[in-house]
Amino acid sequence: MAAQMFAYILHKDGKADDSASELVSAARKIAPDAAPVAVVIGAGAGLDAVCAEAAGIYPQVWKFAHDALAYPNAELIRPLLQRVLPKGAVLLLPHTTFGMDVGPGLAVKLDAAYLPDVVGIDGLEGATLKVVRQEFSGQASTHLQADISGGAVISVRSGCFPPEETRSAGGQVADKSAEVGDLAARRRFVEVLQAEVGDVDITKEEVLVSIGRGFGDKENLPVAEELAQAMGAVVSCSRPIVDAKWLEKGRQVGTSGKTVKPKVYLALGISGSFQHMGGLKGNPFIVAVNKNPKAPIFQVANVGVVADVLEFVPELTKRVQEAK
Amino acid sequence: MEILVCVKRVPDSAENEIEVKADGSDIKREDLVYSVNEWDNYAVEEAIQIVDRVGGSVTVASIGSPEAEEVVRREMAMGANNGLLLTDPAFEGSDGRGIAAILAAAVRKGNYDLVLTGAQADDGAAQVGGMVAALLDWPYASLVNMIEVKEAGVLRIGREIEGGNQEINEIQMPCVLSIQTGINEPRYVGIRGIRKVAAVEIPVLKAADLGLGAAEVGRAGARVKRADYFVPPAGAGAEILQGSTDEITAKLVDLLKAKGGIK
Ligand SMILES: Cc1cc2nc3c(=O)[nH]c(=O)nc-3n(C[C@H](O)[C@H](O)[C@H](O)COP(=O)(O)OP(=O)(O)OC[C@H]3O[C@@H](n4cnc5c(N)ncnc54)[C@H](O)[C@@H]3O)c2cc1C
Ligand SMILES: Nc1ncnc2c1ncn2[C@@H]1O[C@H](COP(=O)(O)O)[C@@H](O)[C@H]1O
Repeated sequence: MAAQMFAYILHKDGKADDSASELVSAARKIAPDAAPVAVVIGAGAGLDAVCAEAAGIYPQVWKFAHDALAYPNAELIRPLLQRVLPKGAVLLLPHTTFGMDVGPGLAVKLDAAYLPDVVGIDGLEGATLKVVRQEFSGQASTHLQADISGGAVISVRSGCFPPEETRSAGGQVADKSAEVGDLAARRRFVEVLQAEVGDVDITKEEVLVSIGRGFGDKENLPVAEELAQAMGAVVSCSRPIVDAKWLEKGRQVGTSGKTVKPKVYLALGISGSFQHMGGLKGNPFIVAVNKNPKAPIFQVANVGVVADVLEFVPELTKRVQEAK
Repeated sequence: MEILVCVKRVPDSAENEIEVKADGSDIKREDLVYSVNEWDNYAVEEAIQIVDRVGGSVTVASIGSPEAEEVVRREMAMGANNGLLLTDPAFEGSDGRGIAAILAAAVRKGNYDLVLTGAQADDGAAQVGGMVAALLDWPYASLVNMIEVKEAGVLRIGREIEGGNQEINEIQMPCVLSIQTGINEPRYVGIRGIRKVAAVEIPVLKAADLGLGAAEVGRAGARVKRADYFVPPAGAGAEILQGSTDEITAKLVDLLKAKGGIK
């Protein structure tokens, strides 16, 4: 394949994100002999550590350092990438809040194909790349095809391209900071406000009774609370429950909520979107109750019950109380 | 402030079991319940609240089949002042960039200070807003969960980032923002509200009205094409407990005890 591939390295506090090693796996699915260039953009002392880390994974690292890039403001980084990437470049990005901010506009500016939230890559045939995506919150999958001879921006879902065995790449770091040029944006980064800590810390709980939109109505909340109480567990939830203000943000499990590591996780009326599952770590024992036998949650749960939560959960609560 | 909100009519994924057609050409659409994309509903509510505070007007625009009119009307019942239906057989098969090109053309025909989209729609692409901004050469911010109107054409906005932290930015108008759920509490729309706008004329714009050529939009203009829908081969998956409720709860309690789920 003629086009040069690039991988955008997300980093924080002088450490590369896990996506750094996943993007190289994704690149090799496009072309087994791919030697993508890692693009490291930032500022400060930590940047060299990130470059060194990237050089362990990628044969080539491009470093762009500038004080104005201390925080990854997509509105500064997009024009920078547009300037420094060669014509026809294929750029891999993680599908994170940064990737969503920078990627679509960059594809337009580069006049390249945009392949969002890719979960699988079938490979390249001639100039046609075939990838796998999910739609309808994971209820259906699709193949997308794109002619990438004019370049592509590909955003990759976290966890879908497991890192390969670490073989040290012994990469070279090229300092390209001189090419940064003028940095001006009509969006100015001000600060990051940390999420509030709530009344309970669900990240420390061993057993979580987690509820989703399938609970239907706020009045049904006690149904979950009674089960949690009987089990000695705590109630957590998916995002719509917080959006609807039934529970506070500190109870939300997922990429934009908390990352939890319980031993046992009950997912009640939760479909199992990747943003929700992204907050569940440590390989817990997952029990899913959902009225839709095809709900994606059943793919990842250990045990499933196809039932209406409002009918089933009170029965389960009774049984737990009896068992004690 | 003149605000355009882009709204899409989508199968309501909370209401529907989505099934793929046997030939993989599409999902089975016959019995689906459609509604306005969840994220777009928050965007319309936010636009209405901004206009309530600082004046101006809200226009909602939707690209789709003539049925898309129902979501435009619904959002007008919420309080949007104007609607636009962008419908043309030439739009069919557009990729994200094609959709963005149609919306950008609609923006150019107006005099908007602010364009809002949802963070993502039913295909989960999260791409259209950023593309519209790039086509217009306006600044962009995604996943916005707070908007404060400052003086002199500047908005103070919050972006929801990983962990639920909030990234505060100042952005110059005109700009495009994609809205994250939870930014507000969308008002309820009752039958009476819908009736009130039932007779309102909603302008329909076609490719020619927007000055769009066939090569830019629709199937012909799409660089990214959906080859098929499919159901991935089921993995190990969950062991589905069978039997009467009594049997299932008994089994489940045993399992939970064994795994340390009951304290
Ligand atoms: C940038 C971004 C970040 C996000 N971050 C998060 C996050 O951190 N956490 C999170 O959870 N989501 C997050 N989301 C939202 C996510 O995409 C989904 O929309 C959300 O997880 C869906 O929640 P849910 O499963 O409760 O609802 P739905 O997807 O609507 O699922 C409801 C389920 O309940 C079932 N059901 C309905 N009624 C019943 C009944 N009576 N009995 C049994 N089952 C029933 C349905 O079959 C369905 O499977 C994020 C989205 C974006 C764009
Ligand atoms: N057909 C459409 N009509 C109007 N707006 C749309 C359409 N498709 C996408 N959008 C807007 O773009 C946002 C993001 O969609 P997507 O990039 O497809 O995930 C949606 O929330 C809408 O605001």
